[in-house]
Amino acid sequence: MRKFKEFIIEKFILVCGIASIFFVVLIFLFLLKEGLAVFNIVSPFQFLFGKSWYPISEPPQLGILPLILGSLLVTLGAAIISIPIGVGCAIYIAEVAPGKIKEALKAGIELLAAIPSVVLGFIGMVTLVPLVKNIFHLPTGLTALSGSIMLAFMAMPTIVSIAEDALYSVPKNYKEGAFALGATHWQTIYRVMLPAASSGILAAVMLGIGRVIGETMAVMMITGNAAVLPQSILVPVRTLTATIAAEMGEAVVGGEHYFALFAIGIVLFIISFVINVTADLFLHKRQ
Amino acid sequence: MKKNSHRTQKIAFLFLLLATLLIVVPVGLIVVIIIQKGLPAINWQFISDIPRQGMRAGGIFPAIIGTIYLVTGAIIFALPIGLLAAIYLSEYSKDSMLNRLIRLAIINLAGVPSVVYGLFGLALFVIFFKFGASILSGSLTLGIMILPIIITTSREALESVPQSFREVSLSLGVSKWQTIRHIVLPNAIPGILTGTILGLGRAAGETAPILFTVAAFYLPQLPGSVFDQAMALPYHLYVISTQVPNVDEKIRYGTAFVLLALVLFMNLVAIIIRYKFRKKKKW
Repeated sequence: MRKFKEFIIEKFILVCGIASIFFVVLIFLFLLKEGLAVFNIVSPFQFLFGKSWYPISEPPQLGILPLILGSLLVTLGAAIISIPIGVGCAIYIAEVAPGKIKEALKAGIELLAAIPSVVLGFIGMVTLVPLVKNIFHLPTGLTALSGSIMLAFMAMPTIVSIAEDALYSVPKNYKEGAFALGATHWQTIYRVMLPAASSGILAAVMLGIGRVIGETMAVMMITGNAAVLPQSILVPVRTLTATIAAEMGEAVVGGEHYFALFAIGIVLFIISFVINVTADLFLHKRQ
Repeated sequence: MKKNSHRTQKIAFLFLLLATLLIVVPVGLIVVIIIQKGLPAINWQFISDIPRQGMRAGGIFPAIIGTIYLVTGAIIFALPIGLLAAIYLSEYSKDSMLNRLIRLAIINLAGVPSVVYGLFGLALFVIFFKFGASILSGSLTLGIMILPIIITTSREALESVPQSFREVSLSLGVSKWQTIRHIVLPNAIPGILTGTILGLGRAAGETAPILFTVAAFYLPQLPGSVFDQAMALPYHLYVISTQVPNVDEKIRYGTAFVLLALVLFMNLVAIIIRYKFRKKKKW
């Protein structure tokens, strides 16, 4: 009897163990189920590279190129800002900061990671957006640049904590060896630690970028949501995520617009899948 | 030469410090601004009253309650599954291929954009299972979203229990499940608690997954059952900052303050538990 009970419990635990695989597959299947229907209306090529997104005109124009470029532009901006700052901060925390300050800084980074994106979006709206508007004398501060700056702050906690881990796990004798050869601390960091931790830092950067591409609320609140091909970083843009969030409420279930929004979901899912798997390969290589 | 390289080091470290300040100072500013402008808006009426005059006056009580319901529902769903999954990964799994697949799945679950969770919840719970836009649909969606956090932290907690504890228990003739139940789990509870609270905090702050699965734009009453729609704090903040014109700044900051305080409080509790546990640990 006891053996039987044990057996049942073990099987139940196994089922829960593979639940995450089940959910990932389930998410993908349901996105496909609702999203693939859009390809009865437009070809995959037209969908991905069509230049106009007018989902409620008659007939609807379902080209997501402006949205893809919007996402890319905002992400690129965020990456340019967050990578040097994030990696620099990781090095500072891992190598330079003294004990107590190190713990405080780590807690600060965790704090940033915990701030809900809608709160960051709100703060961006009331502080950053007017600032950008005034500095560049623009008709509106809701631009790709504002989005990039705000999103950089969402990428940084990821970049800092993973890069810091990577630096921390570089074997101590690498560092000692470099010191013994008379290298300064900075030379050691620059010539020994960074190369040794490079794959982990690369993974950190990728995961940070993944976070930015998938970010929704903050980006919807401060990029201005204009679904047109962006001409510069100082104009309003609309990202893939913001399009889903902003338009799903009005889309008719089972309509063309609805299918198209799910198809955007498929695109996002695939992007995040590729980023996460590649980043994991880099992290794994290190071990 | 020697002097030169030391000067380089000084300049380099200065830049590293600058990078750190560029992150820490704005974070501090964000928190200070929200406290400074949000705290004056907080009074008993704001916390306990329903929104009035099209959300331009009154309080945020239904949104607070909605968020509490959603978060509770999410944790009821995610904690058992997540904990058992963590037990499987740390205690039972041997098959390295399956192990690797599960790990990849967890990483991907953690990386799926939050709005895609919203789509998934809409397609599966709202439409396919016909739960409609309801607390149930929203809780389940949030539950799946926080699963990776709970699995990862619980697993770490379980794995940090020394192997010798298990060996002693097994050598006394105790079965594997009993060992886990009475030896491993009790020693891992602080870590599991930390993960659970972090998951709660994440679920409380997310907006995109509840957009189409539960969130009500304006519902000045409390939900009566799990099949009702509900307001939620993060969505309410989004609505009053972008969708409703002429909302008093005080109300916006007040809402942001309550949401931020709720989320940061949970994170703080998690950090404290982890810190105390690390100090107390005897092995």
